[in-house]
This record gives sequence, structure tokens and C-alpha cells, in this order.
Amino acid sequence: MFDVSIIGGGVVGGLILRELTKYKLNVCLVEKAGDVAMGASKANSGIVHAGFDAPVGSLKAKFNVAGNKMMESVCADLGVKFHRNGSLVVAFSEEDFKTINDLKARGEVNGVEGLEIIDQPRLREIEKNISDEAFAALYAPTGGIVCPYELTIAAIGNAMDNGAKLFTDFEVVDIEKHESGYIVTSKDGQEIASKIVINCAGLHSGEIAKMIGDSDIKIGARKGEYILLDRESGDFVQHTLFFTPTKLGKGILVTQTVDNNILLGPTAEERNDSTETSANGLAFVIEKAKKMCKNLPLFNTITSFAGVRAYSDKHDFIIEESKKAKGFIHCAGIESPGLTASPAIAKYVVETLVGGMLPLEENEEFNGIRKPDYFFKHLSMEEKNEIIKKDPSYGKIVCRCEQVTEGEILRAIHENPPAKDIDGVKRRTRSGMGRCQGGFCQPYVAELIAKERGMSLTNVTKNGKGSNLLTGVTK
Amino acid sequence: MKNTYDIVIIGGGPAGLAAAISAYDNGAKDVLILEREEKTGGILNQCIHNGFGLTRFKESLSGPEYAARFVQGVRERKIEVLTETTVLSLTKDKRITAINTKDGIFTLQAKSVILAMGCRERSRGALNVAGTRPAGIYSAGTAQKYVNIKGYMPGKRVVILGSGDIGLIMARRMTLEGAKVLAVCEIMPYSSGLKRNIAQCLDDFDIPLYLNHTITKIEGDKRVTGVVVSKVDENKRPIAGTEMHFDCDTVLFSVGLIPENELTKEAGIELSPRTRGAIVSQTRETSKEGIFACGNVLQVHDLVDFVSEEAEMAGRYAAKYVLEGKTEHDYVEVLNGKNVSYVCPQKVDKNLDEHVKLFFRVTNTFKNCIITAKCGDKILAQKKKQIAVPGEMETLMLVKNKLSEIDGNIEVSLEVQE
Amino acid sequence: MKRTLTCIECPIGCEIEVELEDGKVVSLTGNSCPRGKIYAEAEVVCPKRVVTSTVRAENGEMIPVKTDKPVRKDAIFEVMQKINQTTCKMPVALGDILVENICDDANLIVTGNF
Repeated sequence: MFDVSIIGGGVVGGLILRELTKYKLNVCLVEKAGDVAMGASKANSGIVHAGFDAPVGSLKAKFNVAGNKMMESVCADLGVKFHRNGSLVVAFSEEDFKTINDLKARGEVNGVEGLEIIDQPRLREIEKNISDEAFAALYAPTGGIVCPYELTIAAIGNAMDNGAKLFTDFEVVDIEKHESGYIVTSKDGQEIASKIVINCAGLHSGEIAKMIGDSDIKIGARKGEYILLDRESGDFVQHTLFFTPTKLGKGILVTQTVDNNILLGPTAEERNDSTETSANGLAFVIEKAKKMCKNLPLFNTITSFAGVRAYSDKHDFIIEESKKAKGFIHCAGIESPGLTASPAIAKYVVETLVGGMLPLEENEEFNGIRKPDYFFKHLSMEEKNEIIKKDPSYGKIVCRCEQVTEGEILRAIHENPPAKDIDGVKRRTRSGMGRCQGGFCQPYVAELIAKERGMSLTNVTKNGKGSNLLTGVTK
Repeated sequence: MKNTYDIVIIGGGPAGLAAAISAYDNGAKDVLILEREEKTGGILNQCIHNGFGLTRFKESLSGPEYAARFVQGVRERKIEVLTETTVLSLTKDKRITAINTKDGIFTLQAKSVILAMGCRERSRGALNVAGTRPAGIYSAGTAQKYVNIKGYMPGKRVVILGSGDIGLIMARRMTLEGAKVLAVCEIMPYSSGLKRNIAQCLDDFDIPLYLNHTITKIEGDKRVTGVVVSKVDENKRPIAGTEMHFDCDTVLFSVGLIPENELTKEAGIELSPRTRGAIVSQTRETSKEGIFACGNVLQVHDLVDFVSEEAEMAGRYAAKYVLEGKTEHDYVEVLNGKNVSYVCPQKVDKNLDEHVKLFFRVTNTFKNCIITAKCGDKILAQKKKQIAVPGEMETLMLVKNKLSEIDGNIEVSLEVQE
Repeated sequence: MKRTLTCIECPIGCEIEVELEDGKVVSLTGNSCPRGKIYAEAEVVCPKRVVTSTVRAENGEMIPVKTDKPVRKDAIFEVMQKINQTTCKMPVALGDILVENICDDANLIVTGNF
């Protein structure tokens, strides 16, 4: 019997899981997919918002501003790349200019520090490729960037290192209430019992809520398409550039990523839960990015992708104990700025909600520090050579574009949470994430997975069950 | 280990091997080849089909056979080769940092460096092809590696985008190994592959080639289940209503090669936006003195025979640089004239008393045309072509006694004859 | 009867026009070398191809192979079947014969050193 089980291995579930391991609790997380961070946390903009956008008094505003302040130290502990690059809401018209002033005022009420309206010369000075049409911007120095799946993987990995259990390929189909808690059942009949259940199922949090009789959580899906540029163009912009929101929406953003790529997007297509890209969507991203910036280096495009974000019909976060089922906590409708808010949500859910149901006794053995997956890259030559001497696999470059060594890939296959397939290795090490998109390294990575997991190459998958890379042998 | 060399060659593929032999035979004996794979030979090792070496050896060799001749040459000369070693960085002062399992990370100082890193394939991602991202999408060269080196089949029912030579070769190869190749789609009105490959790789096996067509959507959640192919208009935009659907489990992309010039850029060497390779003179010396480039890292060649020829030139001049030191240059630029997309070398040193072979590509398919290299009004070289296509590299020879007539930039252009 | 062929002998890929009467070549144009003539004459009577493939060695490594002469085009898949059943002990060297007379007098030979 677990004290707490979490449904959904996204960034919110992941950080709650880690927060729980700070206490003497027996906890687990179940995830429908074969790996963690497979929903909205896999493909979003990776922005740590300053907090001027959320309506005053909303949960979004509260957790955004608090989460922003926590992000730096959470990332430092977890060995996750975080960069406070600052964001700019760019004005192209008089109306926009009015709006950014309103945003500044709203941000100040929300408690955002350092907001400033900057004029065209200053804007051009700090962003050399900004469109000539842009004439002012709201500058938010506390805006930042983080990689959402890196944060999720690290949080869950660190929680596992501190004793939490992870069950992947566990698609919840039934939840039963018992005297002492709940039994959560998976599609293939596995059962997990826990005193408390936390619903962090993202897009599916409405369905999960229904299983315990809560039918008032209504979750929609919003598809967003992105284009990613090679890190050769990594200094194309320095800040995160937003269009000024209008009645028609927020528009796309142009930003650096923590891995020094340039990210363009997303589109926002309501009621669409597919991760297919479309010609129209990608064309829209390009058109808007060209409006934001000049000299857009599209020749350095390395991939395009789509992510699906969940939102609730209330358009605010739902973070509460179910009114129908005691001991059942919902974290639903965590749309933007959900990533930013996640550390604050985790703290609140554990300290206030769980803490109101169970005694929280500090776990003295908790170690919140995680060695980053990419640690090798940032060592000195001497340190690297020390490691290679002990483990020669660190002397073998497997991914030439991102310079990832065999040692790092082996580590990702064995570390918590273990990478089981090509995309799992890619998300943890960046092998295959670069300009050749795995053209050179994929066969090598596939062989390493086969060898380490004791399976045949034909059973190695790209991304979970059924996504086998190969269909057979030649002879 | 030794940490200084006269010449360090980055890459042990066809270019690196030929450059090493040539440097050695021209007097530079202190040569090191750095190769990231387990053995030298580069991409030729997986190009098991024949047709290599017709120009150079007057016989049709398979890729491994062609490579073996150069591997043998390197071995006979006892030229030092460090395999499974990846170069991490190169400075303009010719300091090379590399890594392998045995020596860890180490630094070498070279008097001269020859860049021979080859190229990579453009991927699906670079094209923004719409649809899902399931398993079963490969660049043609990756599929070739799985089939020929690893002995595995990437799929059973295949659609190929791009009619470059690797795509055509893989259409035949997959067919021979039991897969069904449903279509080869080419967005251009012509194939960028060799005509003989269309004949012997597609026609022989009744594989349809759809010119002016492209893949507009990839379907499938876990593994590819199909693609939508559409006809395109003259601006390469898909025409609504022309969609064809293919049920397939595999999509191969053969949509162009990109020189791998990350190290080159890092060393501050000037690149040509046209070739995406270094800007060089006829000696294949880059903008940094003593650093040379050859083969597909410089310009994407159609034939390995020309790679070898170019690499020998680079090797010879690198040896000369090491033995004789810096010489005085008198450069003129070589410009892309009408209907010419690029010329390599991009500059010619008039002080050298040797013939200069200009390599270039034309911008479109032209029939009955005349290609000219001019300096002002002076014709330096000229040749007639019944047909010139972008997929086939053209050459023009500037004979050495014409070099003295050059008093300004050279321009290469193509005119269609009425 | 006229037939147009693309010569596969070299990268030029000449378009060769062959005129046939009663199965005999009466005229042949478009080739730019003697090899093209030989190719076209054979192609209209009995097309032949060199087959290249791989053999799985006993240790699992893939060994590149080819027929040392062209074989009948319509026998290519038969040859492939034989190749797929062939195996070899390591080491092998360039030119080693793995199957004698695999088809039409052609041997299957190794094209690399392993």
C-alpha cells in the first residue's frame, strides 16, 4: 500500500513526486506511456514566464510568480539547464503599445519584479534581428527558459533515487474507492493501492476525474506546431520574443532554448489532440516568425513538431481535493504558465493538500541533488580524461552533431528513469537531437540499447511499443 | 603519443585517404589521418553497389573495392591512422583537439591540416514535411547502413522522396532484399541522380518515378502506415486534388547532402553560401593559410573519382606548403555567371604555373548550350554541351598559358545556343 | 522496331537508339564510346546485370559481394536467393570466390577485406 500515488508522468506529477520524497512517505507514479514526459511536457515552448500575463487573483498568477522564483534553485538541484534570458513582449502598433503598458501594470499587481517598457533603439540594441516594424517592448528580466522534458525526467529520476516507484505503460482504466484509500487499475490488470491519489493526467485528467465520479472537470486539447533551428543559429535572438496579445490570441514566440537552438511557434489549434504537423500550421509559424524578426535563418531548420496542451473550460488551474472523493487531489487544466508554476504547485499540493490529509514527517535521507545527464560536456579536459581513464566509453563520440559519448548514452539507459528506446535516449542525452537528426548515430544507439537491455535489434523501438525501428534481418 | 605532425588529415574516407597518399608521395612523410569510425573508407564501405572508378581506373568497382585500393596505398606507405577518434575542435593555428577511448582527449599541433570530413544527409526535419513522426522514417544513407553493414531491413513497403543517387540505389537495394518499393517521388521536373541509375535501379524493377511530386503528409502513430503524395506546380507548391495515397511502412529521404563544416567554421574559415563548403583556391587552400579542404566537405561531388582527384590536389599542395613554406599569392575571383549556381575553386592563384580545372553546377536543364570562362571579354576556356543538368557536375579546364592573360575576375557562364 | 536505351556503362548515361529487324541490330546511334555499343547490342538481345549484395558471414558480419560478370537480368532474383543462402568463414579477402558459377558462368566474389 502506497501512501500516495500520482497518475501522470508530466512535469507537474514529476515535481509533486519529488516533493513527496522529502517526507517519510511511500509514493509512486503511474504513466500510460513507455516513458515519462510524453504528453504536454514533451513538446511545449519551455518558457519560464515572468507572470504578467495571468489574470490578477487567478491561481495561474499566484503559482506563476511563485514558480518563477523557485525555478532557478530547483533546476540547480536537479542539474537541469535553466537560463534567465528575459522576455520581451513586442509592440507593433499603438494598440499594442497600450496593451503592453496594461500588461506591465497587471504584472506589477501580480508581483512581477523589474518590468520595464523599452523603446525602439534599446530594443534594436538588445535584439539585432528584431523586425524594423517593432517599436517598443515590455521587458521582463525575470522571464527564463528551461527544457520541459529535461526537468520532468530529472524530477522523476531524483524522486526514484529517493525511493519513489515509477510504473510506465500503466494506463489507468479504473479507480475504486476503499475504506483506506483507492485502488488504481491499469489496462493490463495491474493494481496499485494508495491512501491518496493525485490526478496529474494532463489531457486525460477529465477522464480520470470521471472515474471517481467527478464530472465537472472539462479538459480541452490545444495543438501547437513548432519549428526548431540548429544551434548554429543559436544567437539569432537572445530573449524570448512574444507578440503583444490581441483579441485573436497570443500569437507565436521566437526564443532561444537552453540547448542553444532557436524555437519558433506554437500555433494554437483548439480541440485537436493529434501531434501531427500540418503544412498550414508550419507556414503560419514561418509567416509570424518573419513578422517578428528579419534575417530568419530558415535554412538551418532541423525539425518541426507538434505538442498538445490541456486546458480546462475554466481557463484557470484546478488544484484541489475532489469534492466527491476524499483523499483524491486534482491538478488539472495546467496550461501555460503551467511549466513555470510546477515547482510552486508541487510545494502547495504536498505541504497544504497532502499535508492536510497525512502527517508529513521529514525524510532525513532525502538527497535532492541530481547529477545532470549532460554533465560530461561541461567538465574540464583534465576531468574528462579522468573519467575516460576509468570508463573508456566516455572517449567514444556516438552523436557527432551534439557530441554525445557512449558513456552518456549507457548512463541514460541505466539511470532513473531508464531510457528504453531511441527517443528516450535522445531526450536524456541529445543524441540524435542535432542537425543530422540521428542519421549517423541512430544505428549505433539502437545497438547499445539492444545490448544493454539484452534484446534483439529488431525489438528496439523509437518511441514505445509498436514503434520498432526495423522489420527484420536481410538474410 | 606524438603530438606534432607535418600534416593532419581530418577524415579517413575517400578524400582523406587520397590526400594522405598524395601528400606522402609529394614528400611529406609525417602524416596522420584521424578517422571516427572503426575503419577507414568512409561511406564507401556501405556503398556495396558497383559503378565506382570508371573514370579513374577504367573499371567498375564496388564502393569497398574502390576504398580498398586507397586503404592499401595508405598501408603500403605506413601512413599513421588513428581510428575511432573524433575531432572535437580545430583552431586557426592548426591545433586539433580529438577524443578516443584509449588516449582520452588530446591535442595535436599540425603544420598543415587537410579537411576531409565529408557530408551528411538532409533529414526529413529540414524539409518541414507535415504529418506524424513515427518509426520508419530514414534518410537513405541510414537505411543503407542498416541493410548493408548491419544486415537489417528498415521496412517492407517503401516510398522514397528524392531521386538523388543514394535514393535510387536504395530503391534497388531494398527491392533485391525483398522489400516492395512503391514509388520514388521527386519535387523537381528532373532527377538529380545519374541517368544510368534511373535505368538500372528503377526501370529494371518497374519502380515508378514521379517527377514534380512530393510527400505532403506522413501518417502513422507508432510506425509509418502511409504517405500522401501530391503533384507540385512550378513554384513547388502542392496542387490540391492531385493527392495519391500509398500504404507503406517506411519512408526514405534522399534529398540532398550538406558538407559537414562545423570544425571549419570554428576555425574561422570563410565558407561559400553556395557550396556550404570552404572558399578555396585551385590548390584547395582555404582562407586560413595551410588549411586545405577536399572532397564532399568542400563541394558535394557526384562521383568518388573526382573526390580522389581533388584530394590528391589538396594533398600535393599541403605537402608543398609543409616543405616550401608560404608562397606569394595573386588571387583573382571566380564568379558564378549566367545559369551557373556555383564554381569551385572560388579563386585562382595566377602565380601557379599549372592547369586549373574549374568544377561547377548549372542552375537548370539546358540543351545545346555553350559554357564559357571569361575574363572581361577574353575567353579563357569554352565548351559545348548537348545537355547540361544540375545533377551532374561540369568541369572546364583553364590551360596554364591562359593564366597570364587574366587581369581581372573570371566568370563562368552558360548560354543556350539558338 | 526502334528501341531507346539508357546506357548504364558509365556516369554519362548516353541515350542510345537501336533499330532492330528480325531481332538483329541494323543501326545503333547515340553512344559516345565502344562500350555503349557493346552494351546496347547485348541489352536488346539479352539484358545482363552485375548483381551486388551482401553475405552474412558465420560470425554475423555482413560481407559485400558481387557477381564477377553480368548475369541475365531475369535471373537476378534467383541469384539473390542463392546469395541469401550463402555464408562464409572469416577472414575473407577482396576477390575471394564464395560461389562458383552462381549463374551464367559468373562467380560470386567478395568485394572487401574483412
